[in-house]
Amino acid sequence: MSAHEQYADDLALYALDALRGEERARLDEHLATCAACRLELEQLRGDTALLALSATGPRPPQRARQRLLDAVAREPRLPSVAQASPRRSWWGTLGWAAALATLVLAASLWKENISLQQILASAQSQAAQSTRDLEALRKIAAPILEPEAQRITLVAAKTPPQPQGKAFYLRNRSSLVFLANNMPPLPPQKAYELWLIPTSGAPIPAGVFKPDAHGSASVVNPPLPAGAEAKAFAITVENEAGSPAPTLPILMMGTGE
Amino acid sequence: MTGLKSGDQGAMAQLYDRYSSLVYAVALRVLGDTGAAEDVLQEVFLQLWRKPTAFDAARGSLGSWLSVITRNRAIDSLRKRRPETDIEDVILSVSPDLTGNVERASAAEKVRGVMGTMAPAQRTALEMAYWEGMSHSEIADKTGEPLGTVKTRIRAGLIALRRAFQG
Repeated sequence: MSAHEQYADDLALYALDALRGEERARLDEHLATCAACRLELEQLRGDTALLALSATGPRPPQRARQRLLDAVAREPRLPSVAQASPRRSWWGTLGWAAALATLVLAASLWKENISLQQILASAQSQAAQSTRDLEALRKIAAPILEPEAQRITLVAAKTPPQPQGKAFYLRNRSSLVFLANNMPPLPPQKAYELWLIPTSGAPIPAGVFKPDAHGSASVVNPPLPAGAEAKAFAITVENEAGSPAPTLPILMMGTGE
Repeated sequence: MTGLKSGDQGAMAQLYDRYSSLVYAVALRVLGDTGAAEDVLQEVFLQLWRKPTAFDAARGSLGSWLSVITRNRAIDSLRKRRPETDIEDVILSVSPDLTGNVERASAAEKVRGVMGTMAPAQRTALEMAYWEGMSHSEIADKTGEPLGTVKTRIRAGLIALRRAFQG
């Protein structure tokens, strides 16, 4: 059964969507960090499916079948790049394939030494279900990945290079890619730490990084609790080993676009 | 499902023939109105057509998953609210395979048997939550039972169903 007996009854209500308000919010927070309770929730949902079996009744009218097939015929499956997938994350209404394409395009603004191959590999593992989508992604990425391609970052004239960071986060996959450039060098034994600031609760560590000689750095898929909804991302300076809580001041911060 | 993922309309027709009676029965039981139930039936299968990857075959049977999606959509419709749950967020663990009519009929009989052995107050609480989409506090208000009792009854009811299928 549940690993946390205090949540046992609430999990059953949650599975039935019968838990509301504060109790639901509290359980959501717990579920984000507790795999055992997520597993119990999945089992309870399976149990609710059994209840559905007690429904008996007439078969659907014949016209319903034709109505569905007509609707399906009117909606030939689009390539996934064009499929919008409504999600609650700050990715907004971008489908993941479109989001990956955006990611690859955005990456072109970064310096050459950032590992685009690594990002593409990460994208590929998420995209395993659709080789067609990957093919589209490769076509988009080709001008960026070809060795002979020129890569130029444009900034305002006479502006000294500013530190920049960009986080790409897919909440439903707990997947995060972070790219930075023009980061100032750090004293020995110090490193930058990235933080996911959730909509509720304490900042979550999202990877420690040190910039290279050009000030560039990346963090790819750090361990994160499942489903954490991000309000913002932030960067602090910490000891090399990282810190469980951010040390002020916050050097950089950004919210979803 | 493989055919569906590659956009095969024939595969959609086959899935409809296999699962439409289950989906329609669940929607009709919640809504009590054939027109509204038919709308939910359409919506559920169209969702599956648009996003076949939302269903993860490793985690449970398609029949169980469809019944959960259907019930949630029907409750949303009953309560006149916008769909609250993305179908990709509905994850359930392995439950009996409800592919065939025989398996389904036999499982249905077992479920009715378990429900029949429950204390009436427990069965009522479970049915109010499942078929009417009532929250535990609404159930407590309606039955005059303490909140804690309602919660415990609902969980115990679900666990009793699970045990019947584990044995």
